[in-house]
Amino acid sequence: MSADAVRFSDERLTEIAALVKTYPGAQSALMPVLYMAQEDFGYISMEAQKMIAQVLGLRLMQVREVVTFYTMFREQPTGKYLLEVCTNAGCMLNGANELVAHMCETLGIKQGQTTADGLFTVTEVECAGACGGAPVVQVNNVYHEKVTPELMDSLITRVRDGGAA
Amino acid sequence: MTISSDPKQVKQICFDNINVPGMNTLAVARENGAYAFLPTVLKDFSSSKIIDEMKTSGLRGRGGAGFPTGLKWSFVPRNTGKPIYLLCNADEGEPGTFKDRDIMRFDPHLLIEGMIMAGFALGVKDAYIYVRGEFVHEINVLNAAIKEARAANLLGENILGSGFSMNLVVHRGAGAYVCGEETALIESLEGKSGRPRFKPPFPAVEGFYGCPTVVNNVETLSTVPAILEHGGAWHAAIGIPNNTGCKIFSVSGHVNRPGNYEVPMGTSMKTLIEEYCGGLQHGTVPKVIIPGGSSTPWLTAENYNVPLTYDDIMKAGSFLGSGAIIVMDETADLVALTRRLAHFYAHESCGQCTPCREGTGWLERVITRVENGQGTNDDVTVLSEAATHMAGRTICALAEGAAAPVLSLLKHFPEDVQACLGENAA
Repeated sequence: MSADAVRFSDERLTEIAALVKTYPGAQSALMPVLYMAQEDFGYISMEAQKMIAQVLGLRLMQVREVVTFYTMFREQPTGKYLLEVCTNAGCMLNGANELVAHMCETLGIKQGQTTADGLFTVTEVECAGACGGAPVVQVNNVYHEKVTPELMDSLITRVRDGGAA
Repeated sequence: MTISSDPKQVKQICFDNINVPGMNTLAVARENGAYAFLPTVLKDFSSSKIIDEMKTSGLRGRGGAGFPTGLKWSFVPRNTGKPIYLLCNADEGEPGTFKDRDIMRFDPHLLIEGMIMAGFALGVKDAYIYVRGEFVHEINVLNAAIKEARAANLLGENILGSGFSMNLVVHRGAGAYVCGEETALIESLEGKSGRPRFKPPFPAVEGFYGCPTVVNNVETLSTVPAILEHGGAWHAAIGIPNNTGCKIFSVSGHVNRPGNYEVPMGTSMKTLIEEYCGGLQHGTVPKVIIPGGSSTPWLTAENYNVPLTYDDIMKAGSFLGSGAIIVMDETADLVALTRRLAHFYAHESCGQCTPCREGTGWLERVITRVENGQGTNDDVTVLSEAATHMAGRTICALAEGAAAPVLSLLKHFPEDVQACLGENAA
C-alpha cells in the first residue's frame, strides 16, 4: 500500500467529524478512529497513524502511545481470519492449551503466525469474558464457545474450500 | 419489572427478563415493564430522594470493590459550574467475569433505563458506556437499543417532556485489562493509554476531563430501576444486612453447568455450585475456589459452605470481587494455572509503577522456571518475597491481583510446588 492510499474516504471524514462532537475533547475520538483505520486498511500503518494525527489535531506521539498500549490495535497485517484463542484460567481448565496446539498443528504454523496462503492467523489472547462457554475462540471478533478441535477443523476446512467461517 | 413486591420472593433482579426472546428490542422490553416507572421518577422524584433510596437499598458496587452506590453518588459536588459525567464500566476484563455481557446482549434497555435514572439523579448531560473491545456483538446490540430509545424520546433532549436531557454514547475499549480500573478507564476514554491515576482526587470530584464523574458497573446500574420502583427498603430486605440484594455469579472452571446465576446474597457457595451448576466435573469437593475473579485470594475445600456475601468471603480471607467464581477440582494443575495467571498480569501491567512492572515479570519468569522443573527452593523464596512486596506499593490494585494467585499457591499447596522442584530443590 503506498502512502498516498492511506486516506479516509469523505464518508469516513464526515463520520469522524460527527463522532468528535460526542466527546468533550477530540482526543477521545482517537480509539474509535483507530478502529476505523483498522477496518478500512486492515491494519494501522505508520502512514495511517500520521494521517490520523493530522485529522484529529494530535501529535503523532499521542497516537503512537495509544496504538502501542492496546493489544487490539494492530500495526501488522493478519490473515484473513484471525483466530484468537483464550488460554486464560477458565479456558485453560477446559482444554484451551490442547486446542491451540491442535489448531497450530492442523495449520502448520506456530502461535502468533499466519499461514502461507494468508488465510489464518492463530494467536493466544487473554480472558475473553465468556468463561461460561470455555474454551472460547474469537474468529474475526465473533465469539465461538465450547469449541472443540473438531469444530475448528471443520471451520478451517470450510474456509479453505472457499466458504465462510 | 415483573419482580414481586415481597422481597423474600425475589431471586433475580438484573436477570428477571434475561430469557425473554427479543428483550433487546424496545417493544418487547416495554411489554415486560421497561421504562414503565421512568416517567414517575422523572416527574416525582428529586435528586436527593433518589440518592436516599439508593443509600437505603444498601446496594454495593457490583464491579468488584463493593463500595456503597448511594454514598458514591452523594460525593459528587453540585453547582461547581462543571458538567457531571456518568460512565458505565463495561470493561469486564477480570478473568472469570462474564456477567455484564449477558445484560448488555440480552437486556440492554435495563442498563439504559438505569443510566437514565442515575443520570437524572446526578444532573448528567453526557453519559458513556465503556465496553471492552472484544464485545463487538454487545456493542452493536447496545447501539441499536440506544437508537431505539432515542427515537422514543427516552434519551436525548427533554426526555419524556421532563426537561431533563441526556445523551448516551458507547465507547469501545481495545484490549487492556487495566482499563477496568476506574481512573484508567477515564484516561482511556480521554483517548490516552490506560494508566491509573493517583487518588485522591477521586473521580467524583475530578474525573473525566477534570470534571465530577461517577463510574458504575453494568450490574450496579441495572439494579437501579428495581430499587427506585420498589423502594430502597424493599431491596434492603433481600439478602442479609450490609450484603443486600441479589448478585450475579459467573461460575466457570470445573463445573458441569458453567454460566451466570443470579441469586440472593447469602446463598452458600456449595448450593450455587451443586444445585445451580450441577456440581464438579470430577470428585465431590473443589480443590480451589477463586471467589471473585483471578485477582482474589483462593479459597479451599474448608470454605465450601461459605455464604456468598462481601463480609463472609472477606472473613474467609478473600473478596467477593465481581462475583466471578472459578472452580477447580482435583485434576487442576495449580502450578500451571498460576504460571498462566502470572503471564496475564505481566502482560497487562501498564508499567508506570516499578513494583508492578518489574514484579509481575519476576513472578512470571520464576514460576515458569518452577513449572518447567528447573526451580529451586530459592526460587520459592523469591516468589514469596516478590509477591509480598508488590502489594500496597502501587497506584492501583493490579499488583495485589498479580500477587494473589502466587501467594495462594504457596500458602495452600506448597506440596504441589515442591513436587515440581524435584531434584533441583536445594
